[in-house]
Amino acid sequence: MSGKPRLTYINGRGRMETIRWLLSAAGVEFEEVFLQSREQLLKLVKVLCGYHSDSPSPCYCKPPHANSRQSFGSLRIDMYVEGVSDLMQLILMFPFTPPEAKEKNLASIAEKATGRYFPVFEKVLKQHGQDFLVGNRFSWADVALLEAILAVEEKVPSVLSGFPQLQAFKTKMSNMPTIKKFLQPGSPRKPPPDERYVATVMEIFKLD
Amino acid sequence: MAAKPVLYYFNGRGKMESIRWLLAAAGVEFEEVFLETREQYEKLLKSGVLMFQQVPMVEIDGMKMVQTRAILNYIAAKYNLYGKDLKERALIDMYVGGTEDLMGFLLIYPFLSAEDQVKQRAFVVQKATSRYFPVYEKVLKDHGQDFLVGNCLSWADIHLLEAILMVEEKKSDALSGFPLLQVTYINNIF
Repeated sequence: MSGKPRLTYINGRGRMETIRWLLSAAGVEFEEVFLQSREQLLKLVKVLCGYHSDSPSPCYCKPPHANSRQSFGSLRIDMYVEGVSDLMQLILMFPFTPPEAKEKNLASIAEKATGRYFPVFEKVLKQHGQDFLVGNRFSWADVALLEAILAVEEKVPSVLSGFPQLQAFKTKMSNMPTIKKFLQPGSPRKPPPDERYVATVMEIFKLD
Repeated sequence: MAAKPVLYYFNGRGKMESIRWLLAAAGVEFEEVFLETREQYEKLLKSGVLMFQQVPMVEIDGMKMVQTRAILNYIAAKYNLYGKDLKERALIDMYVGGTEDLMGFLLIYPFLSAEDQVKQRAFVVQKATSRYFPVYEKVLKDHGQDFLVGNCLSWADIHLLEAILMVEEKKSDALSGFPLLQVTYINNIF
């Protein structure tokens, strides 16, 4: 039996893409099950509703005032990842916006990227002069930011002009061995969503 | 002695409410600065303390934290409400993700027209009783314990209680059909 993680999703980016990025960056091989029809989804829902956790052993509840040592690094990573995730949310929704709203939407993505999110990370990198966003080591924050940069560039090719630190960051991260591998053809990385992807999602999840 | 956390937000629930719940459940006293005018917000923006130009922002442990999830993660971990290991944390994250989605449907509620509010109310109750509450009812039934994860109070329980109360505000008998949720969260708390 394979111990590899198994991803169940549609054959496309959507919400799973960030997970594919993170596993690949960590060098973890995984399998994928692609939902292709609504019937498949409904069957899966039936199975999943039977899911339950293993019964846990009793924990020794520490009193709520006890302070455990906190990692400010993970705190920073969370802040950066959540910020990037807000930007990615706009990209996620983009394929599903009606044609007449697409141009306005695109302008909004560009504006949010260059006005709100990219300046933050540009400044972080400039200030500490290190290669990675947090703690001078490779973390989820770096993976998340690279994913976002590439996703926005697909829509707005010149978006990094004006962000020299991010340009250097993009190059360095893309050359990290696990990421380089993920960026090559044949990797689990999914192509940008197209009409077929949108139609599949609409059909499987019965969205109108 | 450590300074109290300071919460920067509107004088209302919104995205800050879950943070208030978690701090309160952990027994942490906090102060609040309420945004009441545009000028106040612009002053805050200019000062550069809002990393992505947004609130919630919480001053805690010498940091000006933003991003609701990041703040919640930090508080949960600091006050031992995040499970005892990675697997328990994963369960808590899953459960909180669910209640977050559910409460998310109510974030826009105050901004809707009266007509749309009626529709949204029905939508939220339907989602709560068909998608979310059954899951937590089953978790409690399967392990027979008083808490969702690890036989121990965690963030997941606090978040679920918040969600239950919010849904009950929209439909007072939303928990009928969920006896374990009723006993665990309502009867035991009140």
